Amino acid sequence: MLHINLADQYRRGTSLIHRLDPRTKILAVLLFIVTATILPAGAWLPYGLLLAGALLAAQASGLGVGFALKRSFVALPFALAAITLPFTVPGQPLAHLSSLTITVEGSLRFLSILIKSWLSVQVAILLAVTTQFHELLWGMRELRLPKPLVSIVSFMYRYLFVFADEALRLLRARAARSGQGEGKSGGGLLWRGRVAGGMVGNLTLRAFERSERIYEAMVARGFQGEIKTLISPPLTDMDRNVLVGWVTYLAMLLLVGFLF
Amino acid sequence: MIHPSVAYLHIPDGFLSLAVAGLGWLFATAAIGYALRQTRGQLGEKQIPLMGVLAAFIFAAQAINFPVAGGTSGHLLGGTLAAIVMGPWAAVLIMTSVIGVQALVFQDGGLLALGSNIVNMGILTAFAGHLVYSLVRKVMGAGRRSLLAAGAVGAWLSVLLGAAAAAIELALSGTSPLKIALPAMVGTHVLIGLGEALITVGALGFLYAARRDLLSIGETAPAQTGARWVAVGLGLALGIAALSPLASGDPDGLNRVAADLGFDGRALAPLYEIFSGYGLPLVQDPSVSKVAAVGLGTLIVFGIAFLAARLQRRRANA
Repeated sequence: MLHINLADQYRRGTSLIHRLDPRTKILAVLLFIVTATILPAGAWLPYGLLLAGALLAAQASGLGVGFALKRSFVALPFALAAITLPFTVPGQPLAHLSSLTITVEGSLRFLSILIKSWLSVQVAILLAVTTQFHELLWGMRELRLPKPLVSIVSFMYRYLFVFADEALRLLRARAARSGQGEGKSGGGLLWRGRVAGGMVGNLTLRAFERSERIYEAMVARGFQGEIKTLISPPLTDMDRNVLVGWVTYLAMLLLVGFLF
Repeated sequence: MIHPSVAYLHIPDGFLSLAVAGLGWLFATAAIGYALRQTRGQLGEKQIPLMGVLAAFIFAAQAINFPVAGGTSGHLLGGTLAAIVMGPWAAVLIMTSVIGVQALVFQDGGLLALGSNIVNMGILTAFAGHLVYSLVRKVMGAGRRSLLAAGAVGAWLSVLLGAAAAAIELALSGTSPLKIALPAMVGTHVLIGLGEALITVGALGFLYAARRDLLSIGETAPAQTGARWVAVGLGLALGIAALSPLASGDPDGLNRVAADLGFDGRALAPLYEIFSGYGLPLVQDPSVSKVAAVGLGTLIVFGIAFLAARLQRRRANA
């Protein structure tokens, strides 16, 4: 089974969310996740309002309410990391499971973590599907991320698909020269590991050689170690209004969460 | 998806508290900033294309798997391999790019949790792998056998350390008690780390046979002293953090014994004095707060090691 699923996540569109400045979207998403993180456990009303905000944004993106919802369960397997909370947090007993006691407080904390994670993933998905990757990088550069790092990541993204293809070819070649039994793998574990390792070593060499060629091509075109960018436009009025509205809404949520 | 089994180390948002995630970002930012300057000195204007292409390579290499048993498969995380081939600072940048793109584009790991994920899977694996690798190389000398042994041990330990760090962060966030999270995370990664070690060894063996000269880049990478200081600090810090719950076995039990004997708090007070006596004021659960204090201490030890490395380097430059 080859499991490379490397389609670009971006969905073309002209909606309000698509047209927002990448800086606005990055900030809005980060603030949303921070809000979800600091809300206390069991603050159901603010959670509901956060969900409403996420769904509203999804609707405004023209992709539909269900779009992010459907994909937002990717982080759920990680719930295993918190699964012990209902048993370990001391509090009022809710149920007994042989010798273990499930407490109300523990279950509350567990559920809250899951909901916070689920909400955060939804806005992260929206950011990825409504913003092209080069726009995201541009936004991060404007938000003062170190320029060389942003350049490295933009380079990486450019060659990501090339190397994914090379990896796929290696995997396909291995599959072609290997027999396959029902649920069985040939050779010993060490041997199989060495084969996979050899493929990775092979890919390392290809990466080095390709980087040499790329670098030489860049030098030939006048590259001097720095990628130059145009001067950035200021945020538009629409972006300002959206940001102010969003921050007000999140601040109110926090007030509700902590006061009631 | 690209790497189901490594996904256990990609902490999503919601599982870390704001304080822990913030500390992760703080630490990641410092390390990335330093790494950018180091690799600039090491590679000059080749920095951007070479780091970018190698990051794309590690991302793709994570998809190369091999069947282990019962439908599970062995994968590469890549931090140690990158550190052995390119030196630890370059590896920090490569892994940061990989983990960043996974979070931004594929929602593998959270955005707020990204700093911590970079620390666990990028910085820790790079430095732990590199330190172990150079130690083993020093003991066993040059040659193929020592290269492979060093790579195997380095890769295996680096994954364990990454998992241990993730468990500690989850515990500090109150998401899982340390006495459950640590054995569970480290236990599963004892096996996952074997996959990492096998692939790393295979790749190093291939590179040794095909292009031995490439392997000297990492060994001659600059700031070896700086890297060593950071690695020693990390090792020390993690050692303390990992041993503290083990040493007490059952922290709650120890608390009770201490209370019975009437020196509750006093015994450990000197260690935690800086954190307002016994625990952190923000954390309610006493065992969690104790762990939190240890974790913060860990970070402080690391910060001191980091500063020492910088001073050392400044003196070397002067």
